[in-house]
This record gives sequence, structure tokens and C-alpha cells, in this order.
Amino acid sequence: MIKKLINTPGEEVREMLEGMALAFPEIIRLDPQWNNVYRAYKKPSYKVALVSGEPAHAGYVGYGMLDAAAAGATFTSPTVPQVLAAIKEVATEAGVLVIIKNYSGDVMNFTSAVKMAQAQGIKVDYVVVNDDVSIAEKEKRRGTTITVLVHKIAGAAAEEGWSLSEVKRVAQKVIDNGRDIGVALTPCSVPAAGKYTFELGPDEIEFGIGIHGEPGVQRIKYIQSKDLAKIMVDKIAEDLGLKKGDEVFLVVQGTGGTPYMEKFVFYRDVRKYVESLGLKVFGSWIGEFMTSLEMQGGRVAILRLDEELKRLLTAPAYTIAVRITGPMTLPVVT
Amino acid sequence: MITSLNTSDIYTIIVRVADVIVRNKDYLTQLDAAIGDGDHGINMDRGFELAVERLKQLDINNSDIGTILMTVANALLEVVGGAAGPLYGMFFMNMATVASGKKEVDLQTLTTMFEQGLRGVQDIGGGTQPGEKTMVDTLYPFVEELKKQAASNSNDIALAFANALKAAENGMIATINMIAKKGRASYLGPRSVGHQDPGATSSYLILKTFYDYIKEKESKG
Repeated sequence: MIKKLINTPGEEVREMLEGMALAFPEIIRLDPQWNNVYRAYKKPSYKVALVSGEPAHAGYVGYGMLDAAAAGATFTSPTVPQVLAAIKEVATEAGVLVIIKNYSGDVMNFTSAVKMAQAQGIKVDYVVVNDDVSIAEKEKRRGTTITVLVHKIAGAAAEEGWSLSEVKRVAQKVIDNGRDIGVALTPCSVPAAGKYTFELGPDEIEFGIGIHGEPGVQRIKYIQSKDLAKIMVDKIAEDLGLKKGDEVFLVVQGTGGTPYMEKFVFYRDVRKYVESLGLKVFGSWIGEFMTSLEMQGGRVAILRLDEELKRLLTAPAYTIAVRITGPMTLPVVT
Repeated sequence: MITSLNTSDIYTIIVRVADVIVRNKDYLTQLDAAIGDGDHGINMDRGFELAVERLKQLDINNSDIGTILMTVANALLEVVGGAAGPLYGMFFMNMATVASGKKEVDLQTLTTMFEQGLRGVQDIGGGTQPGEKTMVDTLYPFVEELKKQAASNSNDIALAFANALKAAENGMIATINMIAKKGRASYLGPRSVGHQDPGATSSYLILKTFYDYIKEKESKG
């Protein structure tokens, strides 16, 4: 048995959501029938509604980001009727944009639900996030951290009353300009399985991992934070074709079990290397945004910015996990 | 010789499938942990548990086979999640559509049911073909053999299923040496070689439960 701060294995997602709803009733409400999380307040009819799914997304429901998150079991896509219920609950005349992570299960369940909603006369469209640069073929790339930046930027656009096609356009722009990569130092364990998802030697690193505890694309020997940072940033910079002078936003995070000490050491290394390439860092998030339970490890995501993305990224948001009270003002260093 | 299956037979088979899945829950989860995310047994068990719970509320004597299988499909779509939910959901939904209104099915109809079930899996998977290390590697040879059997011996269900199950087993074992092309295992590329596919395995267990029941029914005369 692997000890966890839970009760009956398999009940942890529901109980987590109950805890979130108890703690933040002004932000979210829980739909007990479907394990879906919705915004607590009444929806404005002019606004495009944003829907995403899997347990991680409940923290991004609220002003300036998502309108609904369909949870699903730990590491598992929500089901078709669950996603359909979420779409129907938050649908407005302006329409619904569904944000899907490129995992086969998620794509199957979400696109089936979108088709069913369309058949019922709901105006709904979707985008598929495939930012995981560790996989060579683009159509196979998984959806990871950039998904949260899609929530943030498309959410801000929706809040401003943009049309469905415009919200979708800017969501796709984030996907086209964002990449992510992750590594694991230890595996994690799904509560209902009670076992670690893979085995890793004391001197090994799992490189190019997804977010559900699945193994990565490659196993490498242990290397230090600054060496990892270089390899990971290089993969992204090369794939995005980043050029000197490009402005970027960084998301550097642990995978759930990584102490803040290590996260900031790793951030330092990522930041220094990014700047050594001549890139301008507009801002950063350091913390936990798309994690894999208790896994120790790190992820780096880079988003290439333009003026439109910068403005929407810094627009206000009020969710459990992300709170931005207004445009970020950066000190000018002379 | 068994020449047809009725509603009660299909009901019993599904109840037994649920039992087989619960007994193989850890095994399926272990296979999935090697090349996926380690939840296949857990998710399948959750689905069949709900399916049986719903079936128990039906009046079996007054139900057709389509209703039984559609109840299974809806339960799997509703709670399994992941890729397995829509894949097995479509499998049983397509079978249910063929069996709609029928209280008894012969080998020809059973063959069409499994053929359409397989088509559902292939379609929702984005045109999955044999050789991609998925449940299609079990289902495809099973259906091909069933079609052959149905064409040559028109009505012996036990014999047809015995041969088809052998083909399915070979298909499942063949996934060990395949490189995954679909689903989460495909991210591993060549590292997926050496592991039997969990979806191919759960498909085999379901087909084997059909055959075991048919064989038992035949031996009872």
C-alpha cells in the first residue's frame, strides 16, 4: 500500500471537489450528479462559455478563465454524458468553446459530446491543445501546461465579449505559439491502483513525460538542474523557432511532489538559459499548474508573445489557482 | 449443437464478463501501467459494475438483446472515461443496433453484431487497423474468422466461436512484439515492444467469456 492523505481510493476526485467547493463557494459550485464544477455566479448571456476537463481544471474555473470543468476520475478523461452536461449547463447564446487536451480518450469523449451538443442546437466549437514537444509527430503531441494559458488568454477574451470565432482564433494562437516539456525524477501512484505507474532507478530520469504518470519518451541518466534546463529549453526553442529578441512567457513548475526550493533552482536555470539565447522574458509563473500527483520532477512551458497575448495574459482573473487583479507592471531596469 | 443465443444467454454472459473483469482488474491495470497510465482494469471494472447494476433493474424476459447491449453501452460511455469508455461504448452500441428488437440471434446475426462492433471501435479510434497494438488486434482476427465460419458452417455457434477465439488469442499475443501506433502507449514508440496491449487483453477476456458460456451451454445439452 502507498500511503496517501485520502479516504477510500477512487473517491479522491469527488472529495477534492467537495473540499474546493466548501472552501471557495464564491468561486465555484459542484454539480453532484456529474462531478462537474461550474462558476458560482449567474452566467452573462453575451459571454462565450469555456469548458475543459479532467480533475486538474477545477482550479481554473472562475472569472477570466473557465466556466465549467468536467472532472473524470484521477488521470482519466471525463465521459461523454458528463462533458455534454457541462456544455449544456454553461451554454450561452454567444456559444461554447471546448478546450481539449490531445489525449486519445479526451479527444474521443469531448468531440463526441461536442457533436451531440451541436445536434441539440447548441453553438459549440473546440480547440485541441498539443503542446508537448517531446513527441516528434505534431498530431500525436499531448496537451499539457499550455492548456492553462489557453484557459487564461481565451478566458480573458471571452470575458471582454469576443465572438466564438474570435475566442477560438486567439486560443489557437496560444496553441501555435506555446510548447511544454516535462521530466520525472520519481513516478506517482493512482490511488485506486495502489502502485507506482513505472519504476525508475535512483540515478535515472524519465524524459518527456505526459501528465498522467505515464512513462516518457526516453530514460536518461541523472543530470543536474542546469543541464536539464538547457536540454528542455533547447527542445522548445528549436521547435518554436524562437529568435533573438522574441518576447516569451515562462511557466516553470514541479510535477506535484517537487519542493519550492527545487522549483526556484530550476527556474533560475531555465531563466538564465532562456536569456542567454537572447529571448526577453515578459513574465513567469512558478508553482504547480498541471501536475502528476506526488511525482517529483519538473516541467517547462514557453509561450511566444505578441501585444494581444500580453494584454490578455495579464487581464484580471479570479479562480482558485490563478488570481490576477490587473495588468502586471514590470519594473523597468535601467 | 448451439444454433442460437437468446436474451437470457446474453444477459448471463454480460454478468460473467463483469465478474471476469473484476477478477482481472489488477492484471489489466498492471499491463496498462507498463505502457499506459495504469488504470485500464479500474476503469473497465467501474463500467461493468454499473452495467450489471442497470441490467438487474430490467425485466429480462420481456427485453430484447438490443436493449441489454445498449444498457451496457450507455453504462460504459457514462462512467469508464478515458479511451476505453467510447471504444467499448461504441462496440456494444453497434452490436445493440444490429440486435435491436431481436430476442434470439443465430450465427449469421452474431457475426454481423461483432463485425459492426469492430467497425465502431475502428471508426471512433480514427480508422484503427490491425498491427497498431490496440484492441483491434484481438477483435479483427476474431471477426474475420467468425465470418469464415459463418460462411462455411452455417449454424454451429460453439465451433465458430472456438475457432474465432483462437484467432483472437493469437492476435492478442501478437501485440507483445508490436510498436504501439495509437493511444498513450504510442508515446513510448519502440519502448512499447515487449508488453502485451491491455485493450487487446480486455477484448480477449470478453470474447473468451462469450465462448466459455456457449461451450458450457452446449455441454449441458
